[in-house]
Amino acid sequence: MALDSKIPKGSIDKKWSQYKSEIKLVNPANKRHINVIVVGTGLAGGAAAASLGEMGYNVKAFCFQDSPRRAHSIAAQGGINAAKNYQNDGDSVYRLFYDTIKGGDYRAREANVHRLAEVSRNIIDQCVAQGVPFAREYGGYLDNRSFGGVQVKRTFYAKGQTGQQLLLGAYSALSRQIAAKTVTMYNRHEMLDVVIVDGKARGIIARNLITGEIERHSAHAVVLATGGYGNVFFLSTNAMGSNVSAAWKAHRKGAYFANPCYTQIHPTCLPRSGDHQSKLTLMSESLRNDGRIWVPKKKEDAEAIQQGKKNANDIPEEDRDFYLERRYPAFGNLVPRDVASRAAKERCDAGYGVNQTGEAVYLDFGYAIKRMGKDAIEAKYGNLFQMYEKIADENPYELPMKIYPAVHYTMGGVWVDYDLMTTVPGLYCAGEANFSDHGANRLGASALMQGLADGYFVLPYTIGNYLADEIRTGTIPTDSPEFDKAEAEVKGTIDKLMNNNGTKPVDYFHKLLGSEMWEKCGMARNAEGLKSAIEEIQKIRKDFWANVKIPGSANAMNPELEKALRVADFLELGELMCRDALMREESCGGHFREEHQTEEGEALRHDDKFAFVGAWEFKGTDSEPTLHKEELVYENVEMKQRSYK
Amino acid sequence: MASLKESLTSSVGRKYVMGLTGLFLIVFLLVHLSGNFTLLLKDGTAFNTYAHFMKENLLIKLSEVILFGGFLLHIIQGLMLTAKNKAARAVNYQVAHKHDKVDWTSKAMSALGMILLIFLIIHLYDFFRFKYFVADPQMTADGTMIDLHGIVRHEFSEGGLEGIFHLAVYTLGMAAVSFHLWHGFQSTFQSLGLRHPKYTPFIQGLGKLYAVVVPAAFVAIPYIIKFTAEAH
Amino acid sequence: MDINVTLKVWRQNGPNDKGDFKEYQINKVSTDSSFLEMMDMLNNQLIENGEDPIAFDHDCREGICGMCSMYINGRPHGPGDGITTCQLHMRSFKDGDTIYIEPWRATAFPIIKDLMVDRTAFDKIMQAGGFVSVNTGSAQDANNIPVRKEDADEAFKAAACIGCGACVAACKNASAMLFTSAKVSQLALLPQGQTEATERALNMVAEMDAQGFGACTNTGACMAECPKEISLEHIARLNREYMAASLTSRD
Repeated sequence: MALDSKIPKGSIDKKWSQYKSEIKLVNPANKRHINVIVVGTGLAGGAAAASLGEMGYNVKAFCFQDSPRRAHSIAAQGGINAAKNYQNDGDSVYRLFYDTIKGGDYRAREANVHRLAEVSRNIIDQCVAQGVPFAREYGGYLDNRSFGGVQVKRTFYAKGQTGQQLLLGAYSALSRQIAAKTVTMYNRHEMLDVVIVDGKARGIIARNLITGEIERHSAHAVVLATGGYGNVFFLSTNAMGSNVSAAWKAHRKGAYFANPCYTQIHPTCLPRSGDHQSKLTLMSESLRNDGRIWVPKKKEDAEAIQQGKKNANDIPEEDRDFYLERRYPAFGNLVPRDVASRAAKERCDAGYGVNQTGEAVYLDFGYAIKRMGKDAIEAKYGNLFQMYEKIADENPYELPMKIYPAVHYTMGGVWVDYDLMTTVPGLYCAGEANFSDHGANRLGASALMQGLADGYFVLPYTIGNYLADEIRTGTIPTDSPEFDKAEAEVKGTIDKLMNNNGTKPVDYFHKLLGSEMWEKCGMARNAEGLKSAIEEIQKIRKDFWANVKIPGSANAMNPELEKALRVADFLELGELMCRDALMREESCGGHFREEHQTEEGEALRHDDKFAFVGAWEFKGTDSEPTLHKEELVYENVEMKQRSYK
Repeated sequence: MASLKESLTSSVGRKYVMGLTGLFLIVFLLVHLSGNFTLLLKDGTAFNTYAHFMKENLLIKLSEVILFGGFLLHIIQGLMLTAKNKAARAVNYQVAHKHDKVDWTSKAMSALGMILLIFLIIHLYDFFRFKYFVADPQMTADGTMIDLHGIVRHEFSEGGLEGIFHLAVYTLGMAAVSFHLWHGFQSTFQSLGLRHPKYTPFIQGLGKLYAVVVPAAFVAIPYIIKFTAEAH
Repeated sequence: MDINVTLKVWRQNGPNDKGDFKEYQINKVSTDSSFLEMMDMLNNQLIENGEDPIAFDHDCREGICGMCSMYINGRPHGPGDGITTCQLHMRSFKDGDTIYIEPWRATAFPIIKDLMVDRTAFDKIMQAGGFVSVNTGSAQDANNIPVRKEDADEAFKAAACIGCGACVAACKNASAMLFTSAKVSQLALLPQGQTEATERALNMVAEMDAQGFGACTNTGACMAECPKEISLEHIARLNREYMAASLTSRD
């Protein structure tokens, strides 16, 4: 099937308004008779479910957590971008559009990104009207900060809890619709398959996580807003429950999966302290503004530190290697996320890591404290320092912080057209789960923007264009052979897992997969590593199905079974990520191929060959997927190679 | 939307009633105490006149009804809240909650209230014994004055077990009042929504002072009587 | 450093099961690991021994989602102030310690399994009025209404609530007043919340009562245990809002 992105004609700044005035509408009396399923209740899903409910559709919303308020959007710290130009510093829709395209290393679709920049302004209005307590100036007007190295102050924030406040705003809108009975909420439910009838998405199979019951739910359209897949690495900043299953089931049923290899790795996370570690915690990138990053120059010093015989303060100034300042004199400690991350891993792989696992570098505030005083540092970073001390049990005012990169966000996802519809008619995908707006790398404070843009301002319009043709369909029965088959498949998988009689818990396999992915499909990748990873992952997958052990019963609350079903999908996704990374013989954004770098070790894009979206078609668990290319055309932005020297 | 009845029987509404009646009773305690001070005078005229006034004055009779109502409301609402609150946790923790910042008196309000109720019954029994069983607190049938002042003073200062019993009951009762007020004073303000970072610390301080000084003054009176009576 | 601890964990199969403590020994726990990572270790140990692992809620493991909910040694979220269970580290315990773990206990939070409880009662309270009725797309420009910074900051402090239920778990009356008041207070402080202030206060309190939570007796246990340190000031504000609403509503 050829990919049709359905980008409207016309100049870039007119496309969206033109589109909105031309699409088909569903009249209010008909909306009541149309059912929409929304899976996931984070920023994208929560906003979409609430908005669709307000419009009068019959919505069923699903989340695996105990409440829609807990989706992992809640953990986003920094802020949300919007082209409001409240600071009078020359910001505009075009500049936000341009920065996003450039930040995505010219691998995003122009039309989508421009639309995102346009609606960014409405998001702020909407959230303020909902009572989201954004930071304000003394005059009572909204405050902004500059984020992610852009030249304007366009980031709105609520302390370090912007994601929480925005999600609670969407959750409150959703709660209002639940009370109004336009939305029925299914908490503690996990979608295990999408049901396709006559080529259209017509419902889902879900498991009630409390009773274990397998349920059928039908609808005229299904929206997946199920977040990213960073947990394929086992350790990431994602929540423990974040998973790819909904997106992956859709992929197995015909939705193409685009650019799976684009992974954002964040340089300033707390390092792993040992094998017990279950997840990683992010600290704001702003720390790099005043902290200096270093490791010891001498290997024996590093080893002494790893064994706990020395600490940072024992290393004299001349024996410290400020490797970012050394390699990138112009930008120093403020090089982009991927450059900083790779440089840290390079030093640690060479044996210069500074904690017991050998996977940490110093982020030293000693110099800044000398220069500005402890009070100034405390005023600026007090809460981050507190958080660090709580977790690491070291006082960062006295000893340098230890940091290490961690997987944070996945730019890839289910391929969607301009309408956010996947290659399966009637199946939509929004938020981090789709691939659409960030290209190969995401700008800081853009994830929240995209989730809410999709959920509040894009999907509720575009889905109407499809549903307008469904007003005569009537209720979709759930006793069709297609539902029977989908349910039987789900039950078959569960039975297989429950009766496996293996010996090893799910985490064992997840950790194996994670370390394989981290080593070979992480910050830096090469053909040899990726090929071996594909083989290894296939082996782990076989081993998993032969030896995993699930205790308890499938007909009751069973967290191990939930984990197993998710890891089973990660074991397939991981392979696809490696295949995608292997196919993409260039370095761009969150994808760095060691074979493709400049003499200075910078990412080297090959725009002539790889200016396309790589969308993969599923051909069977153990068969090679087929690649489809959506060529990227840049009519409004000139492609440039970046340099941080 | 809620009717006034619904509002007053909601958990927040019941707390207003608790707070308002609580505040009323706090004020009453002061009035009560000022009357009690006349017991300290060796000459019983003031106390006896005061008692007579309390018996005869119409306005006082009216306030007595209000006071009685206030007590009743406070007690009934207290009991109902306690029942609701117990039902809200049908199965208790095996390890009881403990935190330095949580004062034990605040958790013991209903228990302290029960102690106070028992004290109140004894206290009222004594009160009515003289008020109604004796036709007139100042006049007996044969026209001689009953010296209520003398009787009360005697109750506390008599020797033997009975005197000690009276003192002990009274002391324990006042201790319960003190602990009840220790939390209750500032809690009435919180229940009525009267909280402000500028004034609340003062109210809390005043409440603790009140909780110590007022019951202490109540308790001091019988002890002073006892020891001054023994002295001569 | 590694320590050995004895755990007494509440095991209960469902809401109607009686439940009891079961004792587990777990050795070589790194003091750097979090409390939940210790629970992961224990669960993997149980699975390998063919026993049923302990069910508990958790998700973000960075103290913001509000899912984790363990009552440890007589305190919601365990020893230490201003943290959730997932932010508790094993360095808070000593070698040889016995640790008691119970679920949140409240009639309104029925136990699903072991340490996992059903907190949909909180969602129901929110559905009763914890929102501003503004449809998508109908908002005016965000800077049209200035909001006093002090009010915005107070509203933010109230909005920091993560809905974990530690307030209910700590309260001797299993009252949800801190939770409910945080939302009422947040919206009462902002001009956007004014239009529906009366209905909001009345309806949210009515729903809170209907869900079977107890009443507030101002012990302050909720504030002491709240991982986000939400103040009793919000409860006082709810009391004020409720009084004004009761007196002025037309029916």
